Amino acid sequence: MENNSASYLEVGSAGVVEKQFFTYAQPPEKMTLESGANLGPVTIGYETWGKLSPQRDNAVLVAHAFSGDSHAAGFYGDDPKEAKPGWWDSMIGPGKGLDTNKYFVICANILGGCMGTTGPSSINPETGAPYGLDFPMMTIGDIIESQKALLEYLGISSLHTVVGGSVGGMQVLEWCVRYPEMVRSAIPIATTMRHSALAIAFNEVARQAIMVDPKWSKGNYYDSEKPDLGLSVARMIGHVTYLSDEAMRRKFGRRLQNKENFSYGFDVDFMVESYLRYQGSKFVKRFDANSVLYITKAADYFDLVNREPPARSIQDIRGVPIKFLVISYTSDWLYPTYQAKELIQALKRADLDASFCEIEADCGHDAFLIPDQRLGTLIGGFLDGVPRN
Amino acid sequence: MVFPGTEQMRFDLQVIASWIEPGSKVLDLGCGHGELLAWLTANKQVSGVGIEQDQEKAAFCIANGLSVLQGDFNDEVDDYPDKRFDYVILSQTLQQVYEPARLLYSLSRIGRRFIVSFPNFSHFSIRLQLLFKGMAPKSRELPYNWYDSPNIRVITLKDFRNFARDVGYRIVEETAIKTDHHAKHGRAVRSLINIRATYGIFMIEKEAGP
Repeated sequence: MENNSASYLEVGSAGVVEKQFFTYAQPPEKMTLESGANLGPVTIGYETWGKLSPQRDNAVLVAHAFSGDSHAAGFYGDDPKEAKPGWWDSMIGPGKGLDTNKYFVICANILGGCMGTTGPSSINPETGAPYGLDFPMMTIGDIIESQKALLEYLGISSLHTVVGGSVGGMQVLEWCVRYPEMVRSAIPIATTMRHSALAIAFNEVARQAIMVDPKWSKGNYYDSEKPDLGLSVARMIGHVTYLSDEAMRRKFGRRLQNKENFSYGFDVDFMVESYLRYQGSKFVKRFDANSVLYITKAADYFDLVNREPPARSIQDIRGVPIKFLVISYTSDWLYPTYQAKELIQALKRADLDASFCEIEADCGHDAFLIPDQRLGTLIGGFLDGVPRN
Repeated sequence: MVFPGTEQMRFDLQVIASWIEPGSKVLDLGCGHGELLAWLTANKQVSGVGIEQDQEKAAFCIANGLSVLQGDFNDEVDDYPDKRFDYVILSQTLQQVYEPARLLYSLSRIGRRFIVSFPNFSHFSIRLQLLFKGMAPKSRELPYNWYDSPNIRVITLKDFRNFARDVGYRIVEETAIKTDHHAKHGRAVRSLINIRATYGIFMIEKEAGP
């Protein structure tokens, strides 16, 4: 159980990584989406760490959250000196929770995204212009189909685990109901079987913030100014839901930003205002507004309980030999622990092998992204106990 | 996995382990660091699940390959289908349960058999303290004061037997034990057991309804 704590803290130990691309569903063999719409060609941007074993039995799929990307660990070769490592660098690397000495770790940008995988900002081959709102509505299930195509291309038919937080956790669960025979273990973190009204409400406010920005132009803004204001307000709202009352009290309280007294105006007074504006303006540089619309809607549609057959829901995979490890955080108010417990209840009723841990942390929903040796130790030990065949 | 052999386990757990048939499905309520589950998994090839309220202990078990749910077993037992387990184990916790009758009913519903162990409140040292000191008794097994004790139920072997008879639980196995200070070693008590035993261990099967 004693792990070398130093290895968890070693930033960038996963090494230099390169984003790779895989394209499939070339017309006329387009991909049929859950909605019935067709899409093709589809390109997937992905990154890998570690080596695939000769038996091809050590693959681990990391599913990223709504605004994440394939860059989960390490650095790019051309990164500037001050660049930050991938978003789960504390989890992926030699001796870390997803130990790259043991596992071949894969992370792919999700369908509908804007970080290398086909999404609304990609060129529609039929028009030669970005899709915009002509991009078909996709679902979490469609994301899984695109990941499965990537695994087939990589020659992987079985996953040691599929792991992810938030919308990544939804992908983990969707993998289990769609392809239970391919999944040996599953680690859904800070996630839910279906969005609550609260979660849908926040997403809707974020979408409205984008759509009321006149520069959004019904999604057709790629050759003009972008709806940066709307997108940054959407991100500000998102950030509030990723934090917690405790975290905000601790980080900001009522402290003022670079001033002693109130300005009695609508400029930034409070530190928390400054923080949110900064997060908003940072986000518009890297993310596409239409991708926010599509991905948040896919998350809102996600429901693992009520599904029209032939689509499988959680109760339809009764008794499959997947080992589940469900993790929640005490201060997560976007997907609170009661939702993880509902998932556990469903897993128990379906006679599935489940473990559950609620980690004490005051940093809210985003806690799973914050370096924490407890999470690495838990996941690493759990994966050691998952049979390889 | 570095788990102790059976001789390192608490003596009541050693007795319980000896009652479990190989290859069975076991639920351990309040599994702590998972000593019993790990031993049963390694030596009796059981498929085991634990429930443990403490985050650090639950995480320890999970990181050592055991299937453990962090939570309150009073609630967690309700979600399992009927007869999901061959054995449900509640060791040295019954005296801390707020609604023992309801909990034991749930155990009889989700398990083919259930096993409980608890400190015997009619041990002679306890009787003597009450008789001669006139104060709430304390013992190695029940070391707390009246105002800070988690042990809110006072149970004797006789009480438990009467309860089992009244609600239609058949006692399949019963062992009264006397343990040493660390409860690692002990022996079965065969005479004057309600007076001499420090712990009682019972295996119960619910009698089929009419």
